Amino acid sequence: MTAMERDRFRMLMMKALDGELAGSEHSEFENFLREKECQQEWHAFRKVKEATMDLKLSEPVPDVWDGYWKGVYNRTERGIAWVLVTLGAAVLFAWGAIEFVSELWTDSQVPLIVRIGIFTLAGGLFLLFFSVIRERWFASRHDKYKEVQR
Amino acid sequence: MMYEPNEEATMKAAVRNDEAVIRRVQAGEKDAYGELVRAYMQPAYYSALALLGSHDEAMDCSQQAFIRAWQSIRKFEAGRSFFTWYYRILRNLCLNRLRDRATQARPFSTMVPLFDVVSTDDDPARDTDRALLRDRVRTALEELRPEEREIIVLRDFDGYSYAEIAALLEIPHGTVMSRLYYARKHLKDMLEERT
Repeated sequence: MTAMERDRFRMLMMKALDGELAGSEHSEFENFLREKECQQEWHAFRKVKEATMDLKLSEPVPDVWDGYWKGVYNRTERGIAWVLVTLGAAVLFAWGAIEFVSELWTDSQVPLIVRIGIFTLAGGLFLLFFSVIRERWFASRHDKYKEVQR
Repeated sequence: MMYEPNEEATMKAAVRNDEAVIRRVQAGEKDAYGELVRAYMQPAYYSALALLGSHDEAMDCSQQAFIRAWQSIRKFEAGRSFFTWYYRILRNLCLNRLRDRATQARPFSTMVPLFDVVSTDDDPARDTDRALLRDRVRTALEELRPEEREIIVLRDFDGYSYAEIAALLEIPHGTVMSRLYYARKHLKDMLEERT
């Protein structure tokens, strides 16, 4: 049997197992089954299929379904709440940080070296934050599994 | 001989015309979305279960996918199947979860059994042999790669046709057959190794 014939037989065998054989494919498949090698493979696959058909996916406890939609709704609501909380906290934190740094910078009693240190630290923290956000955003745009296909 | 999935065990999404409901969802009616979720929650959950092999994670991911679908519902094009569209979101989330899990070294075998028995044979002698094989198949199915288990579950457990599987997985019809062949062959080889 050539590689092409073998591929054809395998395709027909899947169709036969799944009841998807159409028209002349029935006789084509029967012809293949005259070969011992094909017969053996067919019997082995049929046995596996029969045993598979005796199984089903196990079920969760029935009352899971009663609360399913409520769960989706609550999670959506909480998601919106978290976005609002995060945005609010980010705005307040940014405002506080800017106020703190600008006050230190203009305070003549604080030594210059301390002011430079704090200013550099604030700049570094901002850069780190920006870098993480940009990386996350880039991953969500280019990672096929992270991206939701529409 | 044809093997059709046991009707009681089938978790296939019913063919529905959701256009009117989706228009209501797009207009901002949350109750209409509740209607959609209730219609598809079971096939969604079982699809996630086939991929993830964990009840808790299947529940979590299928709900998360409904949330994502809701967020993107305005981009949903009329005339398409809602479940096919939803399934892609769900599948991506599940694959993402599996990838994250790979770094956590969580063995599949420690989870709750994925499969139950639906039928028994009347002949006790034959039933014993069949039960033994069934147990081996159950274990082997749980040990298959998620994508292999997914295609077997879609066909043999949920009862989707090749055309429906091709639409759900966005693959050509011929690829459905070859993926099924290799998944079943892997299953068969695993069983032969254990005999």
